[in-house]
Amino acid sequence: MCGIAGLFLKDSALEPRLGELLGGMMGPLSSRGPDSAGFAIYGDGRPDAVKLSLHGESEGHVTAVAGRLAEALGKELSFAIRHTHAIVSVPEGDLAHAEAWLAAHAPEISVIGKGRRMEIFKEVGNPVAVGKAFGIETMRGSHGVAHTRMATESAVTTDGAHPFSTGTDQCLVHNGSLSNHNSLRRELRREGVKIATENDSEVAAGYLTWRMRQGQSLGQALQSGLGDLDGFFTFVVGTESGFGVLRDPIACKPAVMAETDRYVAFGSEYRSLVDLPGIDNARVWEPKPATVYFWERGQ
Amino acid sequence: MNTIIDLKTATTRALNSQLQSEAAAPAGSRWQITNVRGHHSVAVGIDRPLSVEIDGNTGYFCAGMNHGAEITVKGSAGQGVAETMSAGKVHVTGDASMAAGASGRGGLLVIDGNAAARCGISMKGIDIVVKGDVGHLSAFMAQTGRLVVLGDAGEALGDSIYEARLYVRGSVASLGADCIEKPLGDEHKAELAELLAAAGVTDVPVEAFRRYGSARKLYHFNIDNAGAY
Repeated sequence: MCGIAGLFLKDSALEPRLGELLGGMMGPLSSRGPDSAGFAIYGDGRPDAVKLSLHGESEGHVTAVAGRLAEALGKELSFAIRHTHAIVSVPEGDLAHAEAWLAAHAPEISVIGKGRRMEIFKEVGNPVAVGKAFGIETMRGSHGVAHTRMATESAVTTDGAHPFSTGTDQCLVHNGSLSNHNSLRRELRREGVKIATENDSEVAAGYLTWRMRQGQSLGQALQSGLGDLDGFFTFVVGTESGFGVLRDPIACKPAVMAETDRYVAFGSEYRSLVDLPGIDNARVWEPKPATVYFWERGQ
Repeated sequence: MNTIIDLKTATTRALNSQLQSEAAAPAGSRWQITNVRGHHSVAVGIDRPLSVEIDGNTGYFCAGMNHGAEITVKGSAGQGVAETMSAGKVHVTGDASMAAGASGRGGLLVIDGNAAARCGISMKGIDIVVKGDVGHLSAFMAQTGRLVVLGDAGEALGDSIYEARLYVRGSVASLGADCIEKPLGDEHKAELAELLAAAGVTDVPVEAFRRYGSARKLYHFNIDNAGAY
């Protein structure tokens, strides 16, 4: 099982409602993945700063760590606390220092994402409750992906929840299971791709990061994945400006898409799309197996 | 007169109980289901000739186990529409997701749009007419019944097929194991004409189709293949 929702807005007038719409898509998918949930939101960004998504034990814990990080860098850092997460905006020049400081002085903190625009929130528990705890409905942005997890390949932990991010502003959610993730993980680590968990889906994220690092576009990286990733998958991926979908050639894992002149939406089931504005007149279709779908924001 | 059931207020369980009850839904009664909103298992297990109209896109297994009702989905259907149908008619005006008509034993399934992967998988007597394309592995292990495709068929059509008969007007990406093209004889043209008429297709000549079926080479274990296992 597992459920995926994705929303890519074409009409900027909908941006203040991104979190509300994406959060609403999660409810009907809770039955597909009741053990954990996560979101990646592509919101506002500053050209000279990178946002780190930090996951800690509690609100107090991440607040204290964010404060200590600011002190260590000797800077005023702007940060937002949401539930067990802190989104800390670090000046680009201080990024390496900040990451090294976190690894050395707050090793219990997971850096679950970094990006100019991307913020990641994930936690174990009922997906609707997780969304509420983070205040997903208040978030604005241009696109986002969400996931409800039914764990198969690794434990039910926050680090095992999706989305996975292995590159700046890159994230991936997955419905399915990969069978060659162990060998691929070893190869990717040899290539210098950071993979933090034993989860199969993180390997898929790492694979795409590696391909894009080699100069491939997201679309090309997804195409390469068809040859190198063995197993069942429906992926929805995000980059700073793009949104992509890929299903394996057997296509056992469900996928429904809807497009209007205001948005492109993905749902594991049509049920998750029914509250989107104008859905009754949207073009609704099932993405074809082994076919890369990709949308990019106009610059 | 139609009895209207609004799934915004009624549960699918209540809906199906009503449709399955002879007292609540006598033969010949007409039903309309609104606000379907992708719910699963809508109008399943009906064993009488009812007329059921479903307004909107449905979730999984819509019209499953149908035995005699005439069910129209005004929209697209999720996976497993009309699965294990044994009699009656199911008409989808949009597309159907994977495994449409799976394991069906009888009746007619008509899909005006495209059907995704594994359409007619393990069909056992159902007739399926798809006016668009069908996805890969359609008619996989199809035992009896007829599948008519007015568009194209995806890869591995009729893999491990038994005695179902397949008619495709467009291209076939590839044939599955033990599925071959066969001549279109007069008796095939006659049954094809009947199926097209039943599906409301009047403007396509039967000569436009090619017929596919079993080479019958997988029926029995062949000692020469022992090394392959």
